[in-house]
Amino acid sequence: MPKIAFWQGNMGIAMGAIAAGCRFFGGYPITPSTEIAEAMAEELPRLGGKFIQMEDEIAGIAAAIGASIAGVKSMTATSGPGFSLKQENLGLAYMAEIPLVVVDVMRGGPSTGLPTKISQQDVMQARWGSHGDHGTIAYAPSSVQECYEITVEAFNMAERFRQPVLIMNDEVLGHMREKVIVPEDDTLVLVDRKRPTVSPDEFVPYRADEQDDIPPMAGMGDGYRWHVTGLTHNDWGFPTNNAAEIEKKMLRLMRKIDRFRDDIVKYDTESVKDADVLVLSYGSVARTALSAVRMARKKGIKVGHFRPVTLWPFPDKELELIASRAKTILVPELNCGQMVLEVERVVGKERVVRQNLVNGELFKPAEILSKIEEVA
Amino acid sequence: MPREEVMKWLRTRFFPHIWCPGCGHGVIMHALLRSLTALDKKPEETVIASGIGCSSRMPGYINACTVHTTHGRSLGFATGIKLAKPELTVIDVMGDGDCTAIGGNHFIHAARRNLDITTVIFNNNIYGMTGGQYSPLTPMASKATTAPFGHIERPFDIAALAIAAGATYVARGTAFHAQLLTDLIVKGIESKGFSVIDAITQCPISYGRKNKMGSAADMLAWQRDSAVPAQAVAKMKPEDLQGKFVIGELYRTTAPEYTAEYDKLIARVYKKGGKEN
Repeated sequence: MPKIAFWQGNMGIAMGAIAAGCRFFGGYPITPSTEIAEAMAEELPRLGGKFIQMEDEIAGIAAAIGASIAGVKSMTATSGPGFSLKQENLGLAYMAEIPLVVVDVMRGGPSTGLPTKISQQDVMQARWGSHGDHGTIAYAPSSVQECYEITVEAFNMAERFRQPVLIMNDEVLGHMREKVIVPEDDTLVLVDRKRPTVSPDEFVPYRADEQDDIPPMAGMGDGYRWHVTGLTHNDWGFPTNNAAEIEKKMLRLMRKIDRFRDDIVKYDTESVKDADVLVLSYGSVARTALSAVRMARKKGIKVGHFRPVTLWPFPDKELELIASRAKTILVPELNCGQMVLEVERVVGKERVVRQNLVNGELFKPAEILSKIEEVA
Repeated sequence: MPREEVMKWLRTRFFPHIWCPGCGHGVIMHALLRSLTALDKKPEETVIASGIGCSSRMPGYINACTVHTTHGRSLGFATGIKLAKPELTVIDVMGDGDCTAIGGNHFIHAARRNLDITTVIFNNNIYGMTGGQYSPLTPMASKATTAPFGHIERPFDIAALAIAAGATYVARGTAFHAQLLTDLIVKGIESKGFSVIDAITQCPISYGRKNKMGSAADMLAWQRDSAVPAQAVAKMKPEDLQGKFVIGELYRTTAPEYTAEYDKLIARVYKKGGKEN
C-alpha cells in the first residue's frame, strides 16, 4: 500500500534519496537546505548508511564523491553560496565520471543575498558554474511529490550516465508542506551503475562501451584497481597531453548525454493546443503561473502553460513544436532573465516577453494574470 | 632497482615519471611501497589519495586504488572512501602547500575526527609544480619566486599542528633517512587512527637552486646533518637544536577512531527496514 505523507520539499528530496538507495550524505549546514542534511543524519544510520557533516561545503561534496568512488550512492545538498563553493569538485566528478546527486535549494543572491527568500538565480550556474565543458542534467521540481520522484530519477540518471545530476529546488518549495503519495519501495524502478564484466587484469577503467559511450565503473574495494583523476585522461585513466586522446575524452563526455537527450528531457504542459499565449515557468513559479493560466482561461483567454522539468538538457525541440502557434511566450522567472535566454534561442526574441522578480518574493497569481492579459 | 614485490605495485606503463632529476619524491614513494609490502597489503584493498602538486602525481604510478583529486581537498575524498568502506587501507599523500595551505582546514578536521587514514606529507618547503612559490613551510628569509627579497612569514610546524588538531600518531622522516621513513610509515598505517608523517624531501630545482643549497646530494647531506633523532632530544640543550629538526616518532596516543565510532552508532540505531522509530 502506498503511504500518505505530509512533507516539506526538502524532506521529499531526502526521502526520495533514501528510496533511490542513497546511503551516504556529505554536507554542511546552509539555509534553506539544512533540513535535507538533518533528515539524512536521522535516516541513514538506521539503514546502515553514513551521514557526515564536513568542515565546509567543499569537503561535503568531496566526501560524497569519495563514497561514490567506493561504490555507494551518495548525495550532497546546499544553497547558493555553497553551490558556488562546490563547483570545483563538481567538475572533478564530471571529468572522472563519478555518479552523484547535488541539490541546490535556491535563495536570493548574489553573495550571502537572501538566505530565507526564494529565487531562481542559480539556474545558469547549474549549466555553466563549473569551469570547462560538460553535459548537464538538472531538474526543477515544482511540488513535494515531484521532489520525491525527481530525486529517485536523479539518482537513476547519475548512475546510468556516470556523472553528477543536479536538483534545483527553491526556498519556497523546500519549506512548503503538502501531501505526498509515497510508493512502496519495491514498485520503484532503480538503476545501478554498470559494473565491469571483465576480470581485474583486463579492466581498462575508462574504455566506454560503444552502445552507450559509458565505461563500466568498479567500486574501490571490489577487486579492481583503477586511477581517478581530474586531469584529462586516456582510457587507462592516466593523464594525457595527446591531442587525439584529449579529444576522444572530451567529445565522449558531451556525447554520452547528447545521444540520450530524449531519455532525459522531461516537461509537462497544460492547455497548450489552442494557446495564443504560452506561459513557460518552472519550480515554485510554475504553481503560481498555472493558477494564473487557469484564471485567464476562465476569462476566455487562450493561454497555456509549458513547464520544463529538466532545465538541462532544456526541452528545446519540444518547446519549439508546442510554441509554434503561440503569438506570445511569457516567461516569468525569479531572476533577471536566465532560462528566458534558452527560450529566446529556441523561438526567437520577437515573440518572447519576460517577467522578472528579484525582491525575494514569489509571484502572486494576479501579477502573472495581469501580464497574461496585457500580452494576450 | 626496487625489489620485485615493490615493482608489482608500480604502473610502469605510465613511466617515465614527471619528477625532476634529484627530486626526493621517488625515495618517499619507494618508502611508502616498502611499508605497504612489509605490511602485506593488497593493492586492490589499498586506496592512495592525493591532491594537486608534484607529490600528488604519485598515486598515478602506483597500481592500487588511486585517487588524484583537487588541490588541498584529498582528505575530503579520502574521508568519503574510508567511511563508505572502512575495511580499506587509506593513505593520503600531499605536498606541504597542498596539505597546510589550501588543504589546512581539511587537515585539522581529519585529525580531529581521528579517521583511520595515514597521511604522508611530502615537505619540500616550496610549491614545486608551479615553479617555486613560497608555501606555509618555506622558512623565513628563504627565497622563492614570490618572495624574491626573502620570505617574511613564519612557517608551520606540521607535527605540532597535527598533534594540536588531534592526530594520534605523528612522526617525521626524510628522504635521506629512507629506512627510518619506511618504518615510520609502517607504524603510521598500523596505528588505528589519523597518522601524520612529515616527510622532508628536497626540491633542488625550485627551492635548492634559489637558496644556494647546492646539488640534490648536498641537500640530502643537509637533511642528514640537520636531523636529530627523537631519542637524542632529551639529552640536548635548546641551543643545540637551533637550525635542526627532530626525526622519528614524535607523538603517539590512543583516542576513539571515527569509523569504529560510526559502526557503534549504527549498531545502536539500526532498524531492519529502517523506517520505524
